[in-house]
Amino acid sequence: MIKTDILIIGAGPTGLFAVFEAGLLKLKCHLIDALPQPGGQCAEIYPKKPIYDIPGFPEVLAGDLVDNLMEQIKPFDPGFTLGERAETIEKQEDGTFIVTTNRGTRHQAPVVAIAGGLGSFEPRKPQLEDLEKFEDKGVEYIIRDPEMYRDKRVVIAGGGDSALDWSIFLSDVAADVTLVHRRNEFRGALDSVEKAEELKQKGKINLITPAEITALHGEENLTAVTVSKNGEDHILETDHFIPLFGLSPKLGPIANWGLEIEKNAIKVDNTLDYQTNVPGIYAIGDVNTYPGKLKLILCGFHEATLMCQSAYKRIFPDKRYVMKYTTVSGIDGFDGSRKEAEKAVIKSID
Amino acid sequence: MSDIQIKIKDREGVVHEVTAPTDMAMNLMEVCKAYELPVEGTCGGMAMCASCQCYILSDHPLPEMSMDEDLMLSEAFHVQENSRLGCQIPISEELDGLEVELAPES
Repeated sequence: MIKTDILIIGAGPTGLFAVFEAGLLKLKCHLIDALPQPGGQCAEIYPKKPIYDIPGFPEVLAGDLVDNLMEQIKPFDPGFTLGERAETIEKQEDGTFIVTTNRGTRHQAPVVAIAGGLGSFEPRKPQLEDLEKFEDKGVEYIIRDPEMYRDKRVVIAGGGDSALDWSIFLSDVAADVTLVHRRNEFRGALDSVEKAEELKQKGKINLITPAEITALHGEENLTAVTVSKNGEDHILETDHFIPLFGLSPKLGPIANWGLEIEKNAIKVDNTLDYQTNVPGIYAIGDVNTYPGKLKLILCGFHEATLMCQSAYKRIFPDKRYVMKYTTVSGIDGFDGSRKEAEKAVIKSID
Repeated sequence: MSDIQIKIKDREGVVHEVTAPTDMAMNLMEVCKAYELPVEGTCGGMAMCASCQCYILSDHPLPEMSMDEDLMLSEAFHVQENSRLGCQIPISEELDGLEVELAPES
């Protein structure tokens, strides 16, 4: 069981900044995210795109913003459960919460802050008959362990970075790799496209374009797929079919946590502390809603700050505390590190 | 600059006649959101998610598809000949009377 002070669900910019504000109050945080890396949408969807409305940054790339936030929170040593989706929440008799992920990892904290953005990113599934029947029986949407494909026949569908990158990677692992895409053009980093082209010339990737997978075959496990190209179908025998059509966010299990939901977002008290209708559970950033809500990173930062002050009062109801300025008090990391303003030198000049 | 009228058929088949300003640098995805139609606009308008995919029903002159939009649509689902991403269609006076239908969610 992972124990912490504030359990943050969602490791996007708002969740990450909450770690910093909590750290100033000596509260420890642990973050859960369905994606394998921190940064949320900024890292997953648009890491190379600029953002122009972060105060004090005339321009910052989304990926750089995430890197900077990770650097900023480093002294407060947050824990991470990545690649797992928060599934259930149970309130304990002592007032704490236990949150369990889809992989069974359990976390306990007196305060839960949901910073889930638009929800957890789920793979987009193509419309194919029997697709669900073959899930984990030859059909996978996410490659967890490349070794699973060693010496197997693999068909990948998609035209973006992940389809290209995995085709390239698996060309060294699998017995054979077929990449199927609806167009002749691919949308990926130039070097990935060039590498895929090179592997095609060498016969290490079997590229079929413009084409689509239109049917799946097999009894218990997947044994073949139908590839349709220029109106003609042919059957391709395979052990695995991996459709990689990107991810789309879904609010998911959080919607069943007994929280008040409005327009696919969690209602919170914005006049006070961004707490939900369940005391001890807060919602900050794009996942919440209140009158006048704006889904902006800068608003998420503000909400995270107020949430932490309220969380402190909840965890230590009898302790008096006033907000401090970092310029004055510096930063005391949990690792013993200290950052502070340089002291003025008092010295006479002769 | 004047406002224009757009007809948007939602996923239940209900047609919404909305007024859109031409002087606020808005696009069709944003107009849908402004009227609280069920368009997510996940990526914020970067042609990177296809959650604003719609079918163009009328015969208006639309801006040419960029490479980004074209390739996003090549990966999206429920794509038809008349599919476009709403976020890539800026609202202009020429689009007065435009008729579109929201593509199914995916």
